[in-house]
Amino acid sequence: MGFELSLRHSFPNMSFDLSFSGGPGITVLFGPSGAGKTSVLRAFTGILTPHSGRATLNDTVLFDTTTNTNVATHKRRIGSVFQDGRLFPHLTALQNIRFGKPYLKRRASLIPEDALIDLLGLEALLHNVPSTLSGGEIQRVALARALNAAPDMLVMDEPLAALDGPRKDAILPYFDRLKTKAAIPILYVTHSVDELARLADNVVLMKDGEIVQHGSVYDVLSSPNAIPLLGVREAGSVLSATVGEALSNGLTRLDTSAGALELPSVSAQKGDTVRVRILAQDVILAGEKPVGLSARNILPAVILNIHQGRGPGAAVVLKVGDQTLLSRITDASRLDMGLTEGQHVFAILKASSIARPVQGE
Amino acid sequence: MILDAAGWTALLLSLKVAITATFLSLPFAIWLAWVLARKEFVGKAWVSACVHLPLVLPPVVTGYLLLIAFGRNGVLGRFLYDVFGITLAFRWTGAALAAAIMAFPLMVRAIRLAIEAVNPRLEEAAATLGAPNWAVFARVTLPLAAPGVLAGTVMGFAKAMGEFGATITFVANIPGQTQTLPSAIYALLQIPGQEGPAAALVIWALIISVSAVFVSEWLARRMAKRIGASHGL
Repeated sequence: MGFELSLRHSFPNMSFDLSFSGGPGITVLFGPSGAGKTSVLRAFTGILTPHSGRATLNDTVLFDTTTNTNVATHKRRIGSVFQDGRLFPHLTALQNIRFGKPYLKRRASLIPEDALIDLLGLEALLHNVPSTLSGGEIQRVALARALNAAPDMLVMDEPLAALDGPRKDAILPYFDRLKTKAAIPILYVTHSVDELARLADNVVLMKDGEIVQHGSVYDVLSSPNAIPLLGVREAGSVLSATVGEALSNGLTRLDTSAGALELPSVSAQKGDTVRVRILAQDVILAGEKPVGLSARNILPAVILNIHQGRGPGAAVVLKVGDQTLLSRITDASRLDMGLTEGQHVFAILKASSIARPVQGE
Repeated sequence: MILDAAGWTALLLSLKVAITATFLSLPFAIWLAWVLARKEFVGKAWVSACVHLPLVLPPVVTGYLLLIAFGRNGVLGRFLYDVFGITLAFRWTGAALAAAIMAFPLMVRAIRLAIEAVNPRLEEAAATLGAPNWAVFARVTLPLAAPGVLAGTVMGFAKAMGEFGATITFVANIPGQTQTLPSAIYALLQIPGQEGPAAALVIWALIISVSAVFVSEWLARRMAKRIGASHGL
C-alpha cells in the first residue's frame, strides 16, 4: 500500500521538479499559495497530465511518460475532496453520496455506507439539496461521497479553507476519526499549520514547485529549516502524550516521555494518545531548574543543536525524553546563557501556549 | 378561429413536420453543442460556421441547395432512393428535413451556451468518482444544462413550425402533402376574398407559438428550482 510520484512540468509562470512517496495515513502537502500543491493533486487524479514523470498507486502505474501510459481519471480510483465542495447541485446529499456506486464493480467500500453516514453525522441532511447545506455540511457530504466510491487513495485540496474558525473546529474531529478508520493513503493539501500539526502523519513542505523538506510530522515540525515556511509565529513541534488524571484544579495531566504536563480543558478520555502542539516562541529555556515560577510545565531537556537564523533569533532543537522540541529564543539570550550543543537545560512551556490537544494516532 | 378541412390538414401537417424535425435533430444538436462547448480540435471554427450557415443564408438558397442534394437526381437523393427507397423532395419528410436544417443552428446555439455554463469542475468531480465520460455527460452535464436544452428545443420547434422559404423551395406547396401552416397562409393570401380563412390560420399560429414559449418558461423555472441556485459551496 502506497504511492510514488515523480513529476516535471512547467506552466508559463512556474515549473515543477519533485518526487516523493507515501503510505497509508495522511501525508500533508504544505506550502505558500502558488507553491504548486494543487497541481500535484491534479497530476494524481489525472486532471493534469505532466510533461514528464511517473506515478504509481499500490504498484499500479497511473501515468508514465516514458511508456506513454496515462490511466483515465475515472479508472484511477482516487477520491477527491475539493476546497469548493463541488456537490452536484441537482442531487440530494444521499444521491451525491451514492454517485459512485454504479462504478464500484464488486469492490467493497472501506467503510459501509451506513457507518459512513453515522461517522460523518449526516443522517439529518440526507434528503437536502446542496443549496440548503452549510459549508461544513457540504464538506462532510463531499467526504462521504469520495469515500463511498471505495477509492484506493484520497486527495483533499484545502477542504477546510472555505470554512470559518468554529466550523473548522466542528469538522476536524470527523477528519480525526476518518484517519483511524480508512486505511488508505490520504494526500492533504493545506496552508494551515494548525491542520498540519493536527492531522499529518507525514509532511511534504513545498515551495516554488520543489520539495523543501519531507518526513514525519514530528521531524519536520521540530526542524529549524521548516521555520521560514511555517512562519516564525506558527512554527513549533508536536509532542505525543497520553492523557492521565483529571486534576481537581481543572487541569488534566498529560504524560510525555519527558515528564508530565498539566493542561487546561483537555477533552480527551483518560488513556487516549493525543498530540500537543507547542509553539517554538513559547518555549523558554533555563540553565537550572527554576523555582518560584508561575509556569507549571517544566521539562528537562538536552540541546541537540542550535540553528542561527537570518534575523535576531536562534532556533534551539531540544531532546525531551525520546521526542524533540523546538524553542525560539533571541540571539542575545543564547550568548548570555552560553548555550551549546549537548548542554542540559530546562524547557518551560507556558500553559497558554499549549494548543488544543489533538486526538487520534 | 374555425378552420376548414384544408386548414386543419395544413395545421396538423405543420405539427407533424415540426415535431419530427425537432426530435430527430435534437440528439445531433446536443452532441454537436457538447463537442463545440467542451472539445478543442482543428477546424472547430469551420464546423461552427457551417452549423450557423442556415441562419445567414437566404432560406430560398438553403431550399435550393437541398433540392440539388436531395432531389431525385441529387447525389444524396439518389442514394437514399436506391438504398432505402426514401424520397424527400416534394414530400412531407422533405419539409421535415428543411425545417430541421433551419432549426438546427438555433438549437445548437442555445444548448451550447447551457453546456458551457455547467461548471467543468463538477464534471471533474464526477470522473474522480469513477464515472466514465458518457456517464458524466448523462448524469451531470445534461441534467444541469436541461433548462437550456429545453429552451433550444422550443426555439427549434417554433422555427420548424414557421419555416417557409426553404420548405416551399424544396418541397413546393402541395395541399395535403407539403402544404404547411405558413405555405397555406401564403397560398390563401394570393386569392382575393380568402382573408377570413387566412386570419384563422394566423390565430392558430399565434396560439401555438405563444403557448410553446409559456410552457417552456414554466418548465425551465421548475428545473432551475430543482437544480438549486447555488452550485455546491
